[in-house]
Amino acid sequence: MGSLNFIGASVKRKEDYRFLTGGGQYTDDVAPERATYAVFVRSPHAHARIRKVDTAKAAKAAGVLAVYTGEDVAKAGINGLPCGWLITDVNGQPMKEPPYPVLAQGKARYVGDRVAVVIAETYNQAKDAAEQVEVDYEVLPAVTDTASARKKGAPAVHDIAPDNTCYVWALGDKAKVDEAFKAAAHVTKLEFVNNRLIPNAIEPRSAIGAYSRADDSYTLYVASQNPHVERLLMTAFVLGLPEHKVRVVAPDVGGGFGSKIYLYGEDVVVTWASKQLNRPVKWTAERVESFMSDAHGRDHVTTAELALDKDGKFLAMRVHTTANLGAYLSTFASCIPTILYATLLAGQYTTPQIYCEVTAVFTNTAPVDAYRGAGRPEATYVVERLVETAARETKIDPAEIRRRNFIRSFPYQTPVALLYDTGNYEATLDAAMKLGDVAGFAKRKEEAAKRGRLRGLGYSCYIEACGIAPSNVAGALGARAGLFEAGEVRVHPTGKVTVFTGSHSHGQGHETTFAQVVASRLGIPVEDVDIVHGDTSKILFGMGTYGSRSLAVGGTAIVKAVDKVIAKGKKIAAHLMEAAEADVEFADGVFKVSGTDKQVPFAQIALTAYVPHNYPLDKLEPGLNENAFYDPTNFTFPAGSYVCEVEVDPDTGKTTIESFVAVDDFGKVINPMIVAGQVHGGLTQGIGQALLEGCRYDPETGQLVTGTMSDYCLPRAGDVPSFKLDTRETPCTHNPLGVKGCGEAGAIGAPAALMNAITDAVGVRDVPMPATAETVWRALASKKAA
Amino acid sequence: MPVKVSMTVNGKPVAAEVEERTLLVTFIRENLRLTGTHVGCDTAQCGACTIHMNGNAVKACNMLAMQAEGADILTIEGVAAADGTLHPMQEAFREHHALQCGFCTPGMVMSAIDLVKRHPKPTEAVVRAELDGNFCRCTGYHNIVKAILDAAPKVAAMR
Repeated sequence: MGSLNFIGASVKRKEDYRFLTGGGQYTDDVAPERATYAVFVRSPHAHARIRKVDTAKAAKAAGVLAVYTGEDVAKAGINGLPCGWLITDVNGQPMKEPPYPVLAQGKARYVGDRVAVVIAETYNQAKDAAEQVEVDYEVLPAVTDTASARKKGAPAVHDIAPDNTCYVWALGDKAKVDEAFKAAAHVTKLEFVNNRLIPNAIEPRSAIGAYSRADDSYTLYVASQNPHVERLLMTAFVLGLPEHKVRVVAPDVGGGFGSKIYLYGEDVVVTWASKQLNRPVKWTAERVESFMSDAHGRDHVTTAELALDKDGKFLAMRVHTTANLGAYLSTFASCIPTILYATLLAGQYTTPQIYCEVTAVFTNTAPVDAYRGAGRPEATYVVERLVETAARETKIDPAEIRRRNFIRSFPYQTPVALLYDTGNYEATLDAAMKLGDVAGFAKRKEEAAKRGRLRGLGYSCYIEACGIAPSNVAGALGARAGLFEAGEVRVHPTGKVTVFTGSHSHGQGHETTFAQVVASRLGIPVEDVDIVHGDTSKILFGMGTYGSRSLAVGGTAIVKAVDKVIAKGKKIAAHLMEAAEADVEFADGVFKVSGTDKQVPFAQIALTAYVPHNYPLDKLEPGLNENAFYDPTNFTFPAGSYVCEVEVDPDTGKTTIESFVAVDDFGKVINPMIVAGQVHGGLTQGIGQALLEGCRYDPETGQLVTGTMSDYCLPRAGDVPSFKLDTRETPCTHNPLGVKGCGEAGAIGAPAALMNAITDAVGVRDVPMPATAETVWRALASKKAA
Repeated sequence: MPVKVSMTVNGKPVAAEVEERTLLVTFIRENLRLTGTHVGCDTAQCGACTIHMNGNAVKACNMLAMQAEGADILTIEGVAAADGTLHPMQEAFREHHALQCGFCTPGMVMSAIDLVKRHPKPTEAVVRAELDGNFCRCTGYHNIVKAILDAAPKVAAMR
């Protein structure tokens, strides 16, 4: 029985068979009887007053059942979409929260803003009729550029924020930081843009609202990362529906990366409209709609400074960032460039004083919210570009300067609010340098030079904070939600187990990893455990999946429920074996009376619980089914070291990644195969940001220039190398699994490693992201000119 | 004007009356309810809709159902054996964790099978270049490339 421990085993995924055979069920695959189809009319202008929406022609078009506008939803009493985090500005004032209507009212504020919806018998009829909706726009000047949003004379996106400022927020002791800078032997200063990204999960967003008159209830199928949160926000804040009458199902979801966390207007409209029409209403985004209307990511303009003493010890860091929030406040927009950004600026280092000031602006662009990493990639980019540049300027080896400043004693209180519980930064750096053969780099550089190529090496030693918690601390910082997770372990009479989790899997492999955890703890085969997620009618509650929290928070809730099952099992076993409960031990799937050969297997306890003939009914309820909620006491702190080596062709500026090494410390690893897959994917999205991707709005017209997959360059197989990975393990100290989270690391650490390598190869201080061939070629040309 | 279309899909003859502008992928997904073929981009870049038509990989979002009149179509639902045993390419994807969310997977598998048909002994560089028409946002392609290289000789041995 000792072999029934699956922790650390690369168990093949339980979910794969259905995905490989076309058996996955994504939202657009759901086909309710009598379905109708919705197509949204979107603003072609970045900023325009809506003088009139004439729906008469569209309403008469073939197959059309209804056309709704902003006026209709206002009349119906549908509220705007809420923001889940209140940021208080430097003057103690709450952030500006302009209304975020589900269909635009009065004004359209970005290209793609929802203006009306047409619902028809078929998709083609809805699409044809949508073209007949006549909107009389008065086009207004627009502002899309982050740095220009606060300039005098910039058009105001919202009347309540005439200077386009949502908040100015700060963290850290400014006076002490300024003092430390005065005493510095060296100051490194960089100004850069963290480029705006469009997440592009391969499954477009999709939502189907279905009202049942029979019991006055609603079902919403939606491509969502957190169905319970979606239901709570939609019922309590937007539609005012009774929560228990709304079921939200997020079936198989084709990638999220943050973009499917949020409550979107389309979800609300199809739910509401399904009652008006008494028929299901289905909407699936076209890819151009994904580009225009999914929440975007990043988009910071930053000035960052690092003060060092004569020995290369960091004295202080000063960061000023302008963050673009887009036209409206998306569900978690406000906490990304603040709580999840400035708090990470200590990185892996003992920098004693840090000050960060963030100005968050509204612009005539799509809302910006969490995208894989959410604030932490931006913070890592600031820290690791600064550190590498400081090393070059002070002529200290970049690995050495990091070692001189590593945090080595834990727990460690940073000057930016976080308390790191554990870590071993030297261990991952050592391993990464060895795996990447840093010692042999000089020779490779020389050899590349002979071929006319510029070879460069860059490091990135990142830290992230995952599983945002605890709820009460987050609440004090402005969170309007809890940050726990819920789980239920249902043991069936035969000893098979169904686990219900509030976490949601959209590629992460929870059906396998969570089953490994439960099977190992109960000493039963992985095949005997099934994981259910994504349906509010089955799962007691859930906060969903984001911020690499699923295993650390959701997994712990499940472990707590399993432990309750075991505790109850001990009572039943004690009764069956006529022993004292305190003498019953559970290991390897068997309840034993310690010091005797008496034992009962788990399955027999399960059967006894459901066939309670020989059972302490006077003291114990029958059945074996337990719930648990888990609210973590702290974040978890995954960290790692990445080493990237590139070659640049000086004639074309094209960069080739020759080697990418990632050594991560995720704490305890349950399934190494799945963890490696998460790292591969994260790295590729990070490489995408650094080399290829960059959202562009035309500064004059506010048009989205990068609005298709041919204009916005996502990484293809030929753009990335095979990766070299390893892990080191310092278990998290405050959850029973010792796990930290792995989903975002690659996207957090990769951009700085790559840009450090490119700037090393080219021999310039900075190259803006994305470092396309043209950008790098221009950097080389201006270096030559200088 | 509705038109009649008829073709063979996964070995079975099918026929229906559809609008002229009906895309092949819509016909497969909506009329035949074979929803394993996915739509990711509508414009032939992402490859989630890749199927085989007369033995060659094509993007079903970029052609009309009418254009497949009389064709022999294979979708992801027809790739495994009748008893459910996975095709060696599907098995390699499972073995190497070459899928995460699963949305690009059917198109990726269809492209991969076509790839090894044209390149029975591909190198990593060939696989990466040939996957140009298929996006995956989850795996970073690392394990997809491994799976295809591993499956290639097994798929070749099938013929």
